[in-house]
Amino acid sequence: MTASDSALVTHGEDAVTTGHGMSHADRGIDTALLGMMLFIGSEVMFFGGLFAAYFNIRATAPIWPPEGIDFIQFFPVPIIATAILLSSSVSMQWALSRIAAGDRTGLIRGLAVTLVLGLTFLGLQAFDYYGLLTDHHFGIDSAIYGTLFYTMTGFHGAHVFGGVVGISVILLRAKQGQFSAKHHVAVEAVSAYWHFVDVVWIALFTTIYLLK
Amino acid sequence: MATTAIPQARPYASRRSWVLEWLTTTDHKKIGALYITTAFGMFLVGGIMALAMRTELAQPGLQFLTPDLYDQLFSMHAVTMIFLFVMPMMTGVGNFIVPLQIGAADMAFPRINALGFWLVPAGAVLILGAFAFGGAPVGWTMYAPLTETTPAHGIDLLLMGLVLLGSSSILGAINFLATIFKLRAPGMTLMRMPMLVWTTLVTSVLLLFAMPVLTSGLVMLFIDRNYGGGFFDPSLGGNPILWQHVFWFFGHPEVYVLILPAFGIVSEIVPVFSRKPLFGYKAFVLATASIGALGFTVWAHHMFTTGAVYLPFFSFFTFLIAVPTGVKFFNWLATMWGGQLKFDTPLLYAVGFIALFLIGGLDGAFLAVVPFDFMVQDTYFVVSHIHYVLVAGSVFAIFAGLFYWFPKMTGAKLNERLGKIQFWLLFIGTNVAFFPMHLLGLDGMVRRVVDYAPNNGWADLNLLSTIGAFLIAASVLPFIWNVFTTLRGPRDAGDDPWDANTLEWATTSPPPVFNFDELPAIRSERPVFDLKHPGASVAHAAAGAGAAGKDTH
Ligand code: HEM
Ligand SMILES: [Cu+2]
Repeated sequence: MTASDSALVTHGEDAVTTGHGMSHADRGIDTALLGMMLFIGSEVMFFGGLFAAYFNIRATAPIWPPEGIDFIQFFPVPIIATAILLSSSVSMQWALSRIAAGDRTGLIRGLAVTLVLGLTFLGLQAFDYYGLLTDHHFGIDSAIYGTLFYTMTGFHGAHVFGGVVGISVILLRAKQGQFSAKHHVAVEAVSAYWHFVDVVWIALFTTIYLLK
Repeated sequence: MATTAIPQARPYASRRSWVLEWLTTTDHKKIGALYITTAFGMFLVGGIMALAMRTELAQPGLQFLTPDLYDQLFSMHAVTMIFLFVMPMMTGVGNFIVPLQIGAADMAFPRINALGFWLVPAGAVLILGAFAFGGAPVGWTMYAPLTETTPAHGIDLLLMGLVLLGSSSILGAINFLATIFKLRAPGMTLMRMPMLVWTTLVTSVLLLFAMPVLTSGLVMLFIDRNYGGGFFDPSLGGNPILWQHVFWFFGHPEVYVLILPAFGIVSEIVPVFSRKPLFGYKAFVLATASIGALGFTVWAHHMFTTGAVYLPFFSFFTFLIAVPTGVKFFNWLATMWGGQLKFDTPLLYAVGFIALFLIGGLDGAFLAVVPFDFMVQDTYFVVSHIHYVLVAGSVFAIFAGLFYWFPKMTGAKLNERLGKIQFWLLFIGTNVAFFPMHLLGLDGMVRRVVDYAPNNGWADLNLLSTIGAFLIAASVLPFIWNVFTTLRGPRDAGDDPWDANTLEWATTSPPPVFNFDELPAIRSERPVFDLKHPGASVAHAAAGAGAAGKDTH
């Protein structure tokens, strides 16, 4: 865009888009990326609400964790799922660095790997849920611990799913060659979101499996 | 820069029908107009509920409503007024005005803007639809365990509707912030932004961080109600007080969401109609920001009587908030002091706001006194406080803003005489309706109850309050008539009918699509004033020359 530093700025209609940011000047963070960062900020508060509920209830409970839930163990499925999600952040970052270097094939490969890892995480979560539900009859209505466990991990899983959708979309766009070394803000935005989802998982894993 | 090809700008008057045009528009002005009209409709809906309640309360005894219907009405009245009227109204005014005031062509994300609007009618359908499913007779605060043990499915609709409205607010907040941070015209530095832009900025930050917490709480309630969850159910190990914490962590910032844009509107109007710049611009910005920050520290002043919160902390910070609020009062008064006041309807409403909001604010300071709050919690005193801040506050400011910007939005000025009739009806009605509630509350009349004992001597004050409510209702009629006749008349207000200061008055009324053909130089927070009075703000020009660059006039 031709934002001049003249005091009298004219706006031709061609200077404006209807779907994307319309900066007067190309400075600082890209508008779309800023939007994603703000969105992530609101998501932090959403999970903050859930974590606050967890710690409030934990602080007021007579014993914690409640008796009879020793089957909630980080080994084997959760720790494997954690490793997978963490590596998916690495592959995502790698994909981003590839496109920043102008390597479109690298971007596609990186995104594809990330997508597979994300789907695997969801599969493992479903597997874990299935075991808990059938072997231990542990559901969302199994008193407060079940409610907290499924709500927190469930909403995290939903966010992973959202990320998987986002990655699929940019993967398709990458295949059409829509990204270049200079223009790949959508990749940056999805990657920021993906790292955020990963960080939430680390907090969840620590809270549920390590702190107990 | 955008990553995809730039779409062709659509011609304004396309051949599609105007219905489709409005349904699919991404123009911030049209979306603003959609927000404003929807919100006004909801104001009428919420108002009819209020009239029904006040009619029942005019005399002791049950005449007109059943207790259950009354419970549904007071709950839905509050939800409608807060989430479907004031919030969308403020978003609508901001949508229309903020991009203009910073010299932008549109909001940063026009399609998300449209989505944000359309979530509002969707939420409204769910929420008002609750009436068909037993209503949601649990108050707008939806306290556990009541909300968990009341079977009516209307409550589930309410929860879902609020999640949609919350998402709308979050999207709106992101859009406003991105617009304000990225789309300001050259020369429009942060410290030259009009006050409405500043208050919109802080409001958006509050929404961005408070709204998701409500969403998480609503989700928890929904899980408890429908999937056997135990968040707020002590028999399952949960904690009902937790709901209050979650709700008020959102709820107190929310009250600033409802009032900060009103502060912004009043701060736009007072300088224009006093023919003076806003007194203490920097103090005003600082006060707005600190109200925003402190707003997150005081939620538990709604929970004093639970015995579960640390009283001195929350009481202290609640008092502290009164300080920046007081700063604003002094700024408005000092702006008017010695000015050439021009009492057109916008200023009338702004002054009415300043006078009556003071009462509401003082009530708030009373309520921050813990022993006093123990006395009057859940009485009509709190109802009085709420309405002095929300009706005399937000609603007065909304009408001030609508009268002020109507010419910009439509090209025609509203009738002043009808405006003044409306103002005095509303001013008198507000005081007659809500002042007696102070006395009733101090005397011990509890809120949220369909009836009261006949032998307490409360009948007269209640009747008075009901009369006030009908005066308020009557005040809406001249407004509707005014809008109706004005829109049928000539659109000859001109670009700058109030001789105003800020950028929205530098373009045509209504502005063209993408707003400006050219922008004046921006060297102060009053670029349009500078344009009309070259040389009047030499000091400003010198200070701003570096940023604004060469003058082309
Ligand atoms: C000087 C500033 C203010 C102070 C110190 C203050 C203080 C308080 C306190 C302590 C309460 C709790 C009363 C109780 O339930 O016992 C309260 C209630 C309330 N305030 Fe304020 N307030 C202030 C401004 C506002 C503003 C600006 C608004 C909205 C525009 C507002 C809206 C409300 C509402 C809606 C409630 C009632 C909530 C409910 O229980 O339904 N207040 N205020
Ligand atoms: Cu409060």
